[in-house]
Amino acid sequence: MSHNTDNGVVEAVEGEQSDAARLAHDESQLPAHRPRRTDYDPRAAKRAERQVAIMFGLSAVFTILFVVAFVQVGTEEVLRIPFFGTFGRSNLYLGLTFGLATLLIGTGAIHWAKKLMNDHEVVAERHPLRSPDESREEAVAAFEAGAEDSGFASRPIIRRSLLGAMALFPIPLVMVLRDLGPLPGKVLEETAWKPGMRIVGADSGIAIKPSDIPVGGIVQAIPADLPEIQEIEGNLNSRAKDVVLLVRMNPADIVSQQGGTAEEPWDFNGIMCFSRICTHVGCPIALYEQRSHHLLCPCHQSTFDLADSANVVFGPAARELPQLPIMLDAEGYFVARDGFNQPVGPSYWERS
Amino acid sequence: MSAVIDAAGKAVGGLDDRITLANWSKRNLRKVFPDHWTFMFGEMALYSFIILLLTGIYLSLWFKPSMTEVIYNGSYVPLKGLKMSEAFSSSLNISFDIRGGLLLRQMHHWAAMLFIASMSIHVIRVFFTGAFRKPREINWTIGVLLLTLGFVEGFAGYSLPDDLLSGTGLRIAEGIMLSVPVVGTYVSFFAFGGEFPGDIFISRLYGIHILLLPGIILALITAHLLIVWYQKHTQYPGKGKTNENVVGYPFMPVYMAKAGGFFFVVFGVTVLISGLVTINPIWAYGPYVPDQITAGSQPDWYMGWLEGALRIMPNWETVAFGHTISWNVFIPGAIVMGIVITLLALYPKIEATATGDHGEHHLLDRPRNAPTRTGLGVMALTFYVMLLIAGGNDILAKNFDLSINAITWFTRIGIFIVPPLMFMVTKRICLALQRRDHDLLLHGAESGSIVRLPHGEFIEVHQPISAEQKAVILSKPDVVPIPWPEKVDDNGVRPPTYRKDKLAARLSHWFYQDNVALPTPEQIEAAEHHIIESAEEGAPIIAHRAQLEPEGGVLHDPSAAALLEADKETVSTQ
Repeated sequence: MSHNTDNGVVEAVEGEQSDAARLAHDESQLPAHRPRRTDYDPRAAKRAERQVAIMFGLSAVFTILFVVAFVQVGTEEVLRIPFFGTFGRSNLYLGLTFGLATLLIGTGAIHWAKKLMNDHEVVAERHPLRSPDESREEAVAAFEAGAEDSGFASRPIIRRSLLGAMALFPIPLVMVLRDLGPLPGKVLEETAWKPGMRIVGADSGIAIKPSDIPVGGIVQAIPADLPEIQEIEGNLNSRAKDVVLLVRMNPADIVSQQGGTAEEPWDFNGIMCFSRICTHVGCPIALYEQRSHHLLCPCHQSTFDLADSANVVFGPAARELPQLPIMLDAEGYFVARDGFNQPVGPSYWERS
Repeated sequence: MSAVIDAAGKAVGGLDDRITLANWSKRNLRKVFPDHWTFMFGEMALYSFIILLLTGIYLSLWFKPSMTEVIYNGSYVPLKGLKMSEAFSSSLNISFDIRGGLLLRQMHHWAAMLFIASMSIHVIRVFFTGAFRKPREINWTIGVLLLTLGFVEGFAGYSLPDDLLSGTGLRIAEGIMLSVPVVGTYVSFFAFGGEFPGDIFISRLYGIHILLLPGIILALITAHLLIVWYQKHTQYPGKGKTNENVVGYPFMPVYMAKAGGFFFVVFGVTVLISGLVTINPIWAYGPYVPDQITAGSQPDWYMGWLEGALRIMPNWETVAFGHTISWNVFIPGAIVMGIVITLLALYPKIEATATGDHGEHHLLDRPRNAPTRTGLGVMALTFYVMLLIAGGNDILAKNFDLSINAITWFTRIGIFIVPPLMFMVTKRICLALQRRDHDLLLHGAESGSIVRLPHGEFIEVHQPISAEQKAVILSKPDVVPIPWPEKVDDNGVRPPTYRKDKLAARLSHWFYQDNVALPTPEQIEAAEHHIIESAEEGAPIIAHRAQLEPEGGVLHDPSAAALLEADKETVSTQ
């Protein structure tokens, strides 16, 4: 038994004997072994053997039943069990058969181990993980010999040029990531809203007139161009940014608005328009409480007071929801009087 | 049968000729592993990862990671004719048109839950038993990395089907990216190929979810297991168990059967749950449309604490020099997780610095014997639970009819008060348990019998504790805090490391504060003598009572009650 091979202590010692074979001297220290029933009663052992075999056998049966269920049961069939709900028959039967087929192999194996396999505890020795000093010294010597052979230290021009090359080498790997996306530019400040843009129902796409909105009501809306933009861009970006809501309240209830003059008000007779994109992390806001004029974001519960410039009254959002100035066009439908005067959605570094 | 064994033997012999198999086998086939139910959670994590790989491969055969808009024409009637991404439509096909597809999808999701849950419990077990101490710090760090990657991989996974809930999750992730100072906007634009949601993110996420992250996780798990195998498993203290041995059962056959069997149990239970319980019913959420949302949107449970952090953060934002820093998003979305994971990964180093203990540890600590560590662990868990409560504030408010604002304020303030409070409470409980151990050694176990001696004295009978229990209690290590440094050395000079040493000593004294030292061997020996005497004095009476109350005592056994009556008569006639 050698302790100073290159493999280190543990390897060398274990190389001689297996753990269990070294059945240690201090076994007497262990609590006395408690015999199981299967250890002294052959009938109990036989019974355990049968139980294990039955589990394995049943597993095979369930596998066959899985095949039957797969072939026989359609995916559209449903099963209603009172109090438990409705199950897709296919998923239920496949899950039960495959699940039991698998589970029974597991329980069988564990039952076998616990009842019938030798359960005498054995002791193996542990050795310090640290290599003996000689090995460490030999390792250092080997490394030094290798380094010496390479000439890494004695040929600085190779060393430095290699380090320089290696330092630059990752540049192409990073560089090609450049075209992952366009530079942000001013895109986040822009929306599809511009003066005269019709405000249409988010689902219906139909232009909205004041009489469509009762006092206390809200209407979710989009710019009339949105479907076309979506078609051209081939994505949902506009829908993630340009959506607004029209809210109507008693003009006397309005405490403040984000802008507008007596000649060019941002509202129309108590009907105001706000961005629906939360200024926290961008969820579309939806929950409106008519009595308090509060609009609540369902994601993180930021609450905005629409009667008071949509200022934040609770929650993690830091900014008000941007207000869109609106007016009526010649035909009496709502249009934007102007675009948003600030970016919509979450804050970002370049935003001022 | 013997022919089979012969053939197998020949094959193995051939392998040995080529790769020295016998040398490895003779050492490892009968390798000893200790047995304890708490060692199961790591195994469970491993097995659920294997299930994830298996089911994931199957799902990839049908899933189309594309955001191209299509019109759904599958067999789920309520969504027929709706515009949706190919990703969502193919997820619906897996759920409704592929036989066994829904089972695979649900197995994949349930196994992911199980993977992260069992990793979490495993980390907790390793922490409270001190299994992370030298020489296992590397494996601890790998484990923390695995847990972190598990979070990310899970989030990536449930974002792929492009349903309404997952799209909302991605929107929040994008909001967090935007909040990163200086580079945030670029990070977001590069990740999504422009503005949110773009048309490429799902396919990018797919590559990350099925190749990059599982590859790293698999490599780390392999390293984790190899190190466990090489270092040999830790064991709980007990009779005959020392820092220099491993007591347990051989790998072959006991662990092959038990661990192999347990894999099938985990697998089988996952399949059964997936057959019986719906998870992530994407068809009920519908396709992702950026301007739609459902109330009560919740991430998968393991992201709940981050969600909670986002919800309770005050709405701080700084605008200066033409730039905006969203502390309200950046701190909870990035900083909190960063700090928590870093502290967790560095904990072994932190504790070793505090204790000055750099020895090898293979015998596990009982949590009570490291009160400061246990207190810190409970503090961290309380912090986590507070965030989890905050993350579910809308659900709690709805189900328990509470004010959502009240819950938010409670968690906002409580997150700073409750965890330290739990630290103190836990530490005191640990110290009380230490005192109890101390008493057990010196006074023995209470037998529950008060005995009146012939001369009228009442004594409480104590009995010696079992050898096993004694070994467990005696496993408590002696603690020696780092000594206070000398202010001046022999030459009257202040050592240059004085400040550093003093800090180390202070940390160490804090860590070991109030420790209840074990009695000395002499004290224990003297005490044992007393305990045996006490037991002997009480023994006849206890034996008598045992005769009167066979199995379960008088109250449960009518015949014993009759005996007791007879006994009373005897006593009165005497």
